Amino acid sequence: MRRIISVLVENEPGALSRIVGLFSQRNYNIETLTVAPTEDSTLSRLTVTTRGNPQVVEQITKQLNKLIDVVKLVDLTEGSHVERELMLVKVRASGPLRAEVKRTVDIFRGHIVDVTSSVYTIQLVGTQEKLDAFIEAVGHAQVLEVVRSGITGIARGEKVLTL
Amino acid sequence: MELLSGADMVVRSLADEGVKHIYGYPGGALLHVYDAIFRQKEVSHILVRHEQAAAHMADGYARATGKPGVALVTSGPGATNTITGIATAYMDSIPMVIISGQVPSAAIGSDMFQEVDMVGISRPIVKHSFLVKRAEDIPEIIKKAFYLAQTGRPGPVVVDIPKDITDPNLKFEYQYPETIKLRSYTPPSKGHNGQIRKAVDLLMQARRPIIYAGGGVIMGNASTQLTQLAKDLNVPVTNTLNGLGGFPGSDCQFVGMLGMHGSYCANMAMHHADIILAVGARFDDRVTNNTAKFCPDAKIIHIDIDPASISKTITADVPIVGPVGAVLDGFLRHITDYSGSRDQEAIDAWWRQIDEWRDSRGGLFPYDKGDGTILKPQQVIEALYEVTGGDAFVTSDVGQHQMFAAQYYRFDKPNRWINSGGLGTMGFGLPAAMGVKLTHPDATVACVTGEGSIQMNIQELSTCLQYDLGVKIINVNNQALGMVRQWQDMMYDSRYSHSYMESLPSFVKLAESYGHVGIQVTTPSDLRPAMEEAFSLKDRLVFMDIRVDANEHVYPMQIKDGSMRDLWLSKTERT
Ligand SMILES: Cc1ncc(C[n+]2csc(CCOP(=O)(O)OP(=O)(O)O)c2C)c(N)n1
Repeated sequence: MRRIISVLVENEPGALSRIVGLFSQRNYNIETLTVAPTEDSTLSRLTVTTRGNPQVVEQITKQLNKLIDVVKLVDLTEGSHVERELMLVKVRASGPLRAEVKRTVDIFRGHIVDVTSSVYTIQLVGTQEKLDAFIEAVGHAQVLEVVRSGITGIARGEKVLTL
Repeated sequence: MELLSGADMVVRSLADEGVKHIYGYPGGALLHVYDAIFRQKEVSHILVRHEQAAAHMADGYARATGKPGVALVTSGPGATNTITGIATAYMDSIPMVIISGQVPSAAIGSDMFQEVDMVGISRPIVKHSFLVKRAEDIPEIIKKAFYLAQTGRPGPVVVDIPKDITDPNLKFEYQYPETIKLRSYTPPSKGHNGQIRKAVDLLMQARRPIIYAGGGVIMGNASTQLTQLAKDLNVPVTNTLNGLGGFPGSDCQFVGMLGMHGSYCANMAMHHADIILAVGARFDDRVTNNTAKFCPDAKIIHIDIDPASISKTITADVPIVGPVGAVLDGFLRHITDYSGSRDQEAIDAWWRQIDEWRDSRGGLFPYDKGDGTILKPQQVIEALYEVTGGDAFVTSDVGQHQMFAAQYYRFDKPNRWINSGGLGTMGFGLPAAMGVKLTHPDATVACVTGEGSIQMNIQELSTCLQYDLGVKIINVNNQALGMVRQWQDMMYDSRYSHSYMESLPSFVKLAESYGHVGIQVTTPSDLRPAMEEAFSLKDRLVFMDIRVDANEHVYPMQIKDGSMRDLWLSKTERT
């Protein structure tokens, strides 16, 4: 099962390497990873997606919690949450294709953020599935380059992950 | 406020932390710190002959006292030489602080002479680590290091200090913090009362209960509570390799060590138990054998300070996170209030069964004494137990001799049995014994070792002379890497691939050349008098080189992939 684990960590040098190291050391997998400082500059927030059966996920959260730099963490997938990923994708857009690509971008509520005579660079935000679907829709053959941010997420409603 | 240089702060912080001895080895990155050591008297420094030994000395000290040991090593090779020692401490949750020198801050990352990323290399085997960025932070970081090392689940902490931070010309205000708080770290201080009550109810209804207690009882300083509980409930107790001494080994409720080389009685009792109370133990693979076949009828109550140890390999029915001592205090309270009744008949029947498992085999660890012409390794440990009155600190290396020591020396007190259980580090025994002897100069300290293991840190005989460390080395010399040879006998048709050594030194001469006493024993009748002589030489290091049967195996031995009760009992018998 896919899990999204959101972690508040001390914004200390080496904190990220401890977390990434823990995953490889204990043979857990990381599918995506995003990290940036929070509004409190002494803390960073890290979102990691991983897969594993419930026992493995339980161990992952316990082992993460054991790291001294980890302040708090939550498994977002345990409750209702919002998840988003950002993708920048360069698509061939010349001749009759150009209008077709534009239409697809509109349907997916993307933005064209850079244009040349033969190429569109498109920005798209959404769930992982939506971004995958966009690539399917424009066709792999048209896609020149893709860069994705990895998933980030937040719990719905009153629940917050803070100090 | 006092002004001190970074180098002085390091040493003063250690003094203010109450550290008496540090074990170390100097080098370029640490020269300022070594100069600071020279200029004071509070902290004494022990110069080892190899940094691995410094780490193991700190570890031995910690296991004997419960307090963090301190090693001090230079950058690069000094730091990397401690890695085995750090990993050894990490696997057994031993509190330790390792201070390593580092190249100057500005040079970090430039592959400077003797630069190694110590924080990176040690990352998977430390509880935490620090790279010091400013001299002003030294007192606080050292305080944090000690706090982290010894609270919660203990473990080693590395403090890496770049050379410029210890510059003797730059002085800063020094104050050693009295307490420290870390917002991201709150070790549990007590167990959950509801869970404790649930566990007690379960335990009181048990018909075939057993207590399975590990090293957490020793490190958690909870053997008094554990013993009390076992006595109040009249429950059999088994210890893990690292838990020996947590419950008195000569008590009639003790059924011996469990697991791979555990007693028939302990392994049978575990397998047939209906309630297992696991205290400060981690269901290690050397205990459980195949987890799918582990104790089929048992409900499990698991007390541990580390939530990650609970339900890691074996799912707990009643998990209790907390310091074992405080949790067991809770158990004792709830037992006094318990209003239900116990099935006394079932408990009596259980004890009859346990006594039968013990007696049908003629004791916990029966062995064939042979025809008396050749010494058996088991006899060496039995003699050691008798000659030392069961009251020695015993360290060991790794191999058959370690298992024999665990089986035949009956530890009645905690912190007396000191061995590398989790990592299985050959070379651990002698330096660990040195750490113990230094802090308990009047105690009897014996290092049980083999001719393979002792050669991994034999250079420390020199350190022992320099600091008058009168440890007794019991070299159970089977002229083979015995444990490896045993596996080759059992699983590789006795193809002894590299499990014996030619060209062994004369250990007696070797000991003598280091200025110690060497005694060789080759016949059974010489063993007792020689050992008595060795231990009568109170202040001397005595190296006893004792020739034993090379063909002896350690039994019982769990059969791979079986349950706990699937055991080889001798070369020809199995359960
Ligand atoms: C550093 C290290 N290297 C290798 C091993 C693997 N090993 C485990 S027991 C053993 C043999 C130990 O021989 P010895 O010290 O003579 O003890 P004996 O088994 O003969 O009593 C070896 C090589 C180990 N545990 N540690």
